[in-house]
Amino acid sequence: MNKKLSNAARLQLKLSRAFCYIILTLISVMCLLSFYVLIINSTRSHPDILRGFSFLPGKSFFYNLKSLMANANLPVVRAVFNSLFVSGCTALVTTYFSVLTAFAIHAYDFRFKRAAFAFILMIMMVPSQVTALGFVRLMGTFNLIDTFIPLIVPSVACPIVFFFMKQYMEASLPIAIVEAARIDGSNEFRTFNLIVLPIMKPAIAVQGIFSFVTAWNNYFVPSLILKSTENKTVPLLVAQLRNADFLKFDMGQVYMLITIAIVPIVIVYLLLSRYIIRGIALGSVKE
Amino acid sequence: MNSVHNQATAVRKKIGSISYAKWGYIFLIPFFLVYVVFSFVPLISIFYNSFFENYMSGLKQVGPNFVGLENYANLFENDLGKYFYNTLLIWVLGFIPQITISLLLASWFTNLRLRLRVTGLFKTIIYLPNLIMASAFALLFFVLFSDAGPMNDVLMHLGIIDQPYRFLSEVAGTRGLVIAMNFLLWFGNTTILLMAAIMGIDNSLIEAAEIDGAKSFQMFRLITMPLIKPILIYVMITSMIGGLQLFDVPQILTNGSGNPDRTSTTLIMLLNNHLYSKNYGLGGALSVILLIVSAVLSLLVYDSMTREQRLEKREKKRMKEGAGQ
Amino acid sequence: MKVKKMLALFLALIMLVSMAACGSSGEPAAPENGGDTQGKVLNIYCWNEEFQSRFTDYFEKPGLIPEGVKVNFVITPNQDNAYQNALDEALLKQDSAAADDKIDIFLVEADNALKYVNTDYTLDVVNDIGLTEADLADQYQYTRDIVTDSNGKQKGTTWQATPGLFAYRRSIAKDVLGTDDPAQVQSALSDWDKFDKVAEQAAGKGYKMLSGYDDSFRTFNNNIVKPWVDSSNKIVIDPNVMRWIDQTKLYTDKGYNNKTSLWAPEWAADQGPAGKVFGFFYSTWGINFTLLGNSLATPESEGGKAEVGNGIFGDYAVCQGPQNYYWGGTWICAAAGTDNVDLVRDIMYTLTCDPVTMKKITEDTQDYTNNITAMNELAKSDFKSDFLGGQNHIALFAEAAPKIDMKNISPYDQAMTEQLRLAFKDYFDGKVTKEQAFDNFYRAVIEKHPELTR
Repeated sequence: MNKKLSNAARLQLKLSRAFCYIILTLISVMCLLSFYVLIINSTRSHPDILRGFSFLPGKSFFYNLKSLMANANLPVVRAVFNSLFVSGCTALVTTYFSVLTAFAIHAYDFRFKRAAFAFILMIMMVPSQVTALGFVRLMGTFNLIDTFIPLIVPSVACPIVFFFMKQYMEASLPIAIVEAARIDGSNEFRTFNLIVLPIMKPAIAVQGIFSFVTAWNNYFVPSLILKSTENKTVPLLVAQLRNADFLKFDMGQVYMLITIAIVPIVIVYLLLSRYIIRGIALGSVKE
Repeated sequence: MNSVHNQATAVRKKIGSISYAKWGYIFLIPFFLVYVVFSFVPLISIFYNSFFENYMSGLKQVGPNFVGLENYANLFENDLGKYFYNTLLIWVLGFIPQITISLLLASWFTNLRLRLRVTGLFKTIIYLPNLIMASAFALLFFVLFSDAGPMNDVLMHLGIIDQPYRFLSEVAGTRGLVIAMNFLLWFGNTTILLMAAIMGIDNSLIEAAEIDGAKSFQMFRLITMPLIKPILIYVMITSMIGGLQLFDVPQILTNGSGNPDRTSTTLIMLLNNHLYSKNYGLGGALSVILLIVSAVLSLLVYDSMTREQRLEKREKKRMKEGAGQ
Repeated sequence: MKVKKMLALFLALIMLVSMAACGSSGEPAAPENGGDTQGKVLNIYCWNEEFQSRFTDYFEKPGLIPEGVKVNFVITPNQDNAYQNALDEALLKQDSAAADDKIDIFLVEADNALKYVNTDYTLDVVNDIGLTEADLADQYQYTRDIVTDSNGKQKGTTWQATPGLFAYRRSIAKDVLGTDDPAQVQSALSDWDKFDKVAEQAAGKGYKMLSGYDDSFRTFNNNIVKPWVDSSNKIVIDPNVMRWIDQTKLYTDKGYNNKTSLWAPEWAADQGPAGKVFGFFYSTWGINFTLLGNSLATPESEGGKAEVGNGIFGDYAVCQGPQNYYWGGTWICAAAGTDNVDLVRDIMYTLTCDPVTMKKITEDTQDYTNNITAMNELAKSDFKSDFLGGQNHIALFAEAAPKIDMKNISPYDQAMTEQLRLAFKDYFDGKVTKEQAFDNFYRAVIEKHPELTR
């Protein structure tokens, strides 16, 4: 890889590298600013926060943490586990079935292929707001209110993730590989699980992160589905804190909970994002 | 390359059409089953209800009464064009910097010659804003951009302005904040998508080009871009659909008002207002319009981006047919 | 390899959680007890924990819940209208729901009370629930009017009264009016014309009369002479609302206010040590909690004490201001179809009618409770608020509360008051004309309530 470079080229490389670092640093500052506000505010007291922002941390970090954890109506740890469960299952289910669906459209020729593809693309454009209330009513008739099923199972049919998988396959999954497997006598389902899925790993990791985060931050539908305190997910608790009555209303706690809520997804993100990078080697056709 | 491709198509035709088509159907079953069970009824009711007067007055149901196209007419009489313009303007002004920066970052992160250090850290940081709930993110922006907030302090300190700029009272300020927030929330996603696409490219192609002495920009334009085109199409189309469905950021930032003078009211904010009274008539009509607009725009994007590809295919086909005769 | 291990660990974790989750949520509901008049589950729908803490402290702890009854609070925060969406869905399905899943009690706010009260989904507290007229006689009339339906039946009840006052800065009043005595300040502010005059004087001395656009809105809006919507569903703009618009525009253009909005950081800061604002319209809870918290230089959570010397503690005083109004409050309603009528009656009686409990709530929490006798008793005592410079503000509350008149409330008040303030912010900011602001207001309201006309 290391080739000899002329001095001029080396200087140019150094300059462009410096340029990249400057831009990256600027962008990072922009991104981190909101986190800075978040973390600073989680160390400040409620009246202090109400009065406006200060760049210096306050002294109420432990006070906020303690009052947050002391509230029996806000089972924070339980909610984090609920959120982890719902988001984890959603991410797994949605990526697996989206790859499967995309594979069906990508690899096979059948009569209704174009119609199926067009239909899925069309439902991708349906604004979710308008179907949300009808969906909740339907779940009521199915008797699935206050369970996790309405939050997880529908993600089997996620048109946006499907569309990504389909496009990714177009770029990175030559049909020849599938055909080679057929010639080796592999059955189609086996081919899918053992050959297609590994090639799709970077795509799965990417969409896995996205679906995880979307599910993690989802508020509207869970707020109408989940009723009992022990089933609530993190965003519902945040909303509950922000709706607290005057005796308990405490923005310090709100910021503390938001900060806590971010830690698990950052970990998941770090886990999966490495996977994207490793995916180059794993996903390569040459393997 | 070409012959391999032709050979593959030939094999596919032979095996595929004979015995494998049923697998296509089998693999589609989970998606369609779940969709029909969980989402089909709400979807159909959108279309159906758009021709009816159907809403709740408090807890009292009004309708459904058939009204033909009255709901559609009502929407157009009530400034639908204005909200469409708001939505499109905010999307376009947000999307251009977003795709530019994302492409730039993705190419830097994957550039083998640049070999930037600590990219892992940068990659993590740019995705971080997306991890905050939109409502919490809006809360932070309120704090930063309030009339006596730190942004105004900084700007006044630097002598750029001498009076606080009341961001949320100005059209440009409000739209600008919506665009900035949306940008921060989503450019990390786009960058990751594009990175994944670039990393899916066979390394040997890039190595070969490097040996041939191609410059970074040339390599990017001539090799990377064409190869990540399917993902670019994906990014364009989903971002457009997301743009047309822009909702939570302006909703929270303006307390649902879309002010000043409703210039930051987006189509889905309008939809949300109608859904307050469970107005499935007007809400349904608006959704149908949105669906048609999204479909037409997506088709245009898809069409223009795959034109070359299709022309090439047609050319090949013609040549093959010619050879066959 | 490491990644694979971590992924495996993650999956294992998910499995573990899933099993734990199934274990608790998979419990089958107890079989319905057909013959019993007393249901086994009491479902209470609410949007925050305020009622729950009252319920726990003054009903559950004294042991008033019958044996075998499980009380189930369904808390749906109100963000994105989620509470009303969830409540409406549940009420509409009330008939077909199993007895133990039916709503027994739900809570409403004044702005949306009539939406529920004017329907058969809510029970009459006298004829259906069994409270007597004598039980209710000691409640402030306005708290009863807010939940009285179009046939004159009271369909809800509350433990709280929230009369509002005008809290002013003693030091600024001295500078502007030459006195900080509540009686004298009141006579200088007893109607809106006088109020405007003081605003001008205050501006002359470098002060702002009010902090923002919506400070005085509630006071004007609580004194409208006709409901927001007339019998033919036409929206009515009351002269008092027009007066708010013109006053606020005048104050903004002349610099009598600080252009802030309710709950904005600048608004809260105006109440603190650095503030230069004459006063704030605040009700019971606002004065004892919000204003007090904002007035301190060092917050209590950081070791600051609520005492003179910390910020401007002690510099506020209250007077009745130009008009009577209220701000806040939560009402308890019984849902038709409840299988716990007796228990609901007991709860309503204990928490909203029983003078002993009510007095105790006020003593424990400083909440101003909805019992005229108990509150008058406190008003006559030698109670002193250090925060208000030694003033007995309970006496002022007790005087103001009976005068509040909420007969003109309508089911549309929530949308009307919210949208009017949002639309007219543009007008005060100088971004649109008055006509355009009205046009935007009508549009927004009619989008939310299609049955209304301009």
